[in-house]
Amino acid sequence: MTGEPLIEIRGLGLAYERDGRRTQVLAGLDLTVGRGEFVAIVGESGVGKSTLLRVLIGLAEPSAGTVRIVAGERPAALRRLAPTALVFQDSRLLPWRRVIANVAFGLEWAGIRRAEQLRRARAMLDLVGLGDLADRWPHQLSGGQRQRVALARALAIEPDVLLMDEPFSALDSFTRESLQDELLRIRAATGRTVVFVTHDIDEAVYLADRVIVLTGHPAGIGAEITVPVAQPRRRRDPAFADLARQLRSELSRRSSEL
Amino acid sequence: MNRVASTALAALGLLAFLGIWEALPRLGLLNAALVPPPSAVPEAFLREVRSGIWLAAVLSSLTHYTTGLLVGSGLGIALGIAAGMSRIFESATAWIVRLVRPIPGLAWVPFAIIWFGVEPAAAVFIIAIGVFWIVFFATQGAIRGVDRDLLEVARAFGFRSAGARLLKILLPAATPGIMVGLRTALGQAWMAVVAAEIFGVPGVGQRMMQASSLLATDIVLVYMLTMAGLYGLIDTLFVALQGWLLRWRA
Repeated sequence: MTGEPLIEIRGLGLAYERDGRRTQVLAGLDLTVGRGEFVAIVGESGVGKSTLLRVLIGLAEPSAGTVRIVAGERPAALRRLAPTALVFQDSRLLPWRRVIANVAFGLEWAGIRRAEQLRRARAMLDLVGLGDLADRWPHQLSGGQRQRVALARALAIEPDVLLMDEPFSALDSFTRESLQDELLRIRAATGRTVVFVTHDIDEAVYLADRVIVLTGHPAGIGAEITVPVAQPRRRRDPAFADLARQLRSELSRRSSEL
Repeated sequence: MNRVASTALAALGLLAFLGIWEALPRLGLLNAALVPPPSAVPEAFLREVRSGIWLAAVLSSLTHYTTGLLVGSGLGIALGIAAGMSRIFESATAWIVRLVRPIPGLAWVPFAIIWFGVEPAAAVFIIAIGVFWIVFFATQGAIRGVDRDLLEVARAFGFRSAGARLLKILLPAATPGIMVGLRTALGQAWMAVVAAEIFGVPGVGQRMMQASSLLATDIVLVYMLTMAGLYGLIDTLFVALQGWLLRWRA
C-alpha cells in the first residue's frame, strides 16, 4: 500500500436471500487501499469480485462489517457527489443521450451550472481521446469507443476512487491492449485511485500496483502480491510473466483446496 | 419488385378502384343517389367549402380531437407511469382496471350526454376515454420494460429519488413504447370523433348525419374523404415527430 489509506474495508460480509435460500457471497473481508494506488482484484467468475465493487459503489448493502472511504480533495462544486464512480463491463451508455451528454450525466446536480457540466465533460472526452465524437449517438460508436466514453463519464465526477468491473473483457485483444495503455496514461496524468476487477491475470499484473486474489465460497482474500515494476511499464517485461505464473499457481492451489 | 414498380402498381390499383366505382352507378348497376360516383365529390366539396360549412365542421372536429387526445393521453401517461413504477399502485388499481377497461368507449355516450349535454365537452370525454386506455397500457408496459441495468447506472451516480429515476432513465427509455401507444391512439381518437359527433355535437360527424338524413350522399362522401385525408396528414406529421424524437436509435 502506498500513501494514506483511502478505502478501509473491515470484516465485510455480504449475503443475499433468494427463494428462501441464503447465499453468503463475501465473508470476513479486510482490505485497505491507499490513495493513488491501483489495485486489481482477480478470481474465478462468480467468486464475488463484482459484488465487492457493487458494495463500494452503493448498489449492494453489506450484511456485516464496515466500508469507509475517506473523502479526498475535490473541486468545491463536486464535493457533494458520490466518492466512487463505476465503469461497467458493458458500457451502459444511455442510448438517448449524445456522447457529450452521457459524459456529463453524473454531473447533473443542482448547483453545477450546465455550462460547467459541459466544460468538464468536454475535458474528459478530450482526455480519453474522443473529443471529436462529442455529438455522436452511442449506437454510432465501436465497442472500444463506448468503453472510453464510459470511462470519461466515470472520471467526469472526479471520484476519489475509480471502480472498474472487467471493463475491457468484451473487447478484441488489440482494442483491449490500447485501452489498457490508455488507462495507465490517464491514471498517471490524474493520480486517480483505481480498483480494477478482472478475470485476466495478465491484465491484472500489467496494470496494477497490487493484485488481490479472491477465493473461496464465501469469498475472502486468498492471496495478495505487489507488482514491483515501476511506471511507465513495458508490456513485454519478463517480470509480468513471472508474476502471472506465480498468481496462477496460487489460484489453482487455492481452488483445489476447496 | 423495385420501388417505382410497386408505386406504379399501387397507383394503378387505386385508379382501377375509382374506375369501377365510377362505372357502377353510371351503368345503372347501382343507384347513383345511394352510391354517388367519385366524380360527384369535387363539386360537392367546393359547395361545402364556399358555404363555410366545411371549414367550421373541420375546425370544430379538430378541436375536439386534439383536446380529447391531450386529456386522454396526458392522464394515460401519468397513470401509466404510476402503475409502471409502483407495484402498490398497480395492485390497488388492478381490479378497477379489469372492471372498467372492457367498457367500449361508445357505451359512455349516455353518461357523456347526461353529464356534459350535447356539447363539445361530451365529445372530448368520449375521445379521451378511448385514448386513455391505449396510452395507459402502452406507458405502463414501456416503463415496466425499461432495462434494469440502466436504472443501476443512475443509482451508481447517486440519482436515487423516484423523480430522478423517472426523468433521467424511465421516461427517455420508455419513450419509444409510449410513442407506439400514442400513434395507435391517434387513429382510435379519430374514430371516436365521428362517433361522438353523430349524437349532435357540431363537427364533421354531425354534418355527415345531417347530409345523410337529406340523402345528400355526395356530401357524406366529402366528409368521409376529408377524414381520411386529415388522418393521413396527422399520422404523417406524427411519424415525423416520432422519427425526430427517436433519432438516437440505430
